[in-house]
Amino acid sequence: MTDAGTHTDVGATGEAPVTTLSTPIRVEYQYTAGLAQSRYLHGMADGKFLGQRCPKCRQVYVPPRGSCPTDGVATTDTVELGNTGTVTTYCVVNVPFQGQSIEIPYICAQILLDGANIAFMGLIQEIPADQVRMGLRVEAVWVDRSEFGLTSANVRYFRPTGEPDAEYETFKEYL
Amino acid sequence: MADSEILRAPHVLEYPYVRSVGPVIGAFLTALRAGRILGARSQAVDGTPTVVVPPTEYDPITGRDVGDLVEVGPGGVVTTWSWASSPRRDQPLDRPFAWALVRLDGADTGMLHVVDAGSPDAMASGMRVAPRWRAPEDRCGAMSDIECFVPEGGDQ
Repeated sequence: MTDAGTHTDVGATGEAPVTTLSTPIRVEYQYTAGLAQSRYLHGMADGKFLGQRCPKCRQVYVPPRGSCPTDGVATTDTVELGNTGTVTTYCVVNVPFQGQSIEIPYICAQILLDGANIAFMGLIQEIPADQVRMGLRVEAVWVDRSEFGLTSANVRYFRPTGEPDAEYETFKEYL
Repeated sequence: MADSEILRAPHVLEYPYVRSVGPVIGAFLTALRAGRILGARSQAVDGTPTVVVPPTEYDPITGRDVGDLVEVGPGGVVTTWSWASSPRRDQPLDRPFAWALVRLDGADTGMLHVVDAGSPDAMASGMRVAPRWRAPEDRCGAMSDIECFVPEGGDQ
């Protein structure tokens, strides 16, 4: 095609030529949380972190998925975990992206709750980004109890507790 | 835990793509907005002149570059069709319609669009159809600027 440009004025109405086309792709799911996740979210609505323990290897998973990835058995015992944990590893986010709701730079961390055997992802606030470190002790900051819902968003973020850092030996298995 | 405590929630996944349409489709869409339908001059393998509608940047059969854009239609012939008895949300019409390949007058290819015929009994391969355009102020440079095709002589 060599001369399409000479034809873009065919039928021109004075408006600019069309150069783009919006083609959104949208799929609507009905998500079923299942037993384990539902239990976790009911715990959230009570302001608690509820994990589950594997009956075989005794590892505690949070949020629970209902089975142990190591042993392949159902996790039946529910374990209430504390509100504090340790940053095992983290990432400072400096890149803006569409839909971003938090001001950059912010810290996305893997947090090992006390009593859990797996870390999960959380937001760290109330500390400058360049002071976050592996082993930092943190606690969950919740939204006001009157706003509690069946959602992980009840936890606003984690913040430093002021305790001495955890020894590397205590979390090196969970990196 | 009771089954009633198992949680369910809607979960929507949406990618808001915006495509660049390029010089040929761009010209085609610009013309649609103005109420005209364009095709691209091309050649069959044996050199016979053809017109490709909607125009592409290359001939879909030979792969060669296409030539000038020319106006076709607005009427045409249904070459093949399929009746959609239960339209889904976001489909072009909210009532039963036919998906159809329409070979516009002056074109050598079929363009996929819909025919608002009311009933599959009113559809036939070879029938003549004409576009029902959206009002000029509602056109945005998209295939939907043609609301649908209707049997020729019908209510456009």
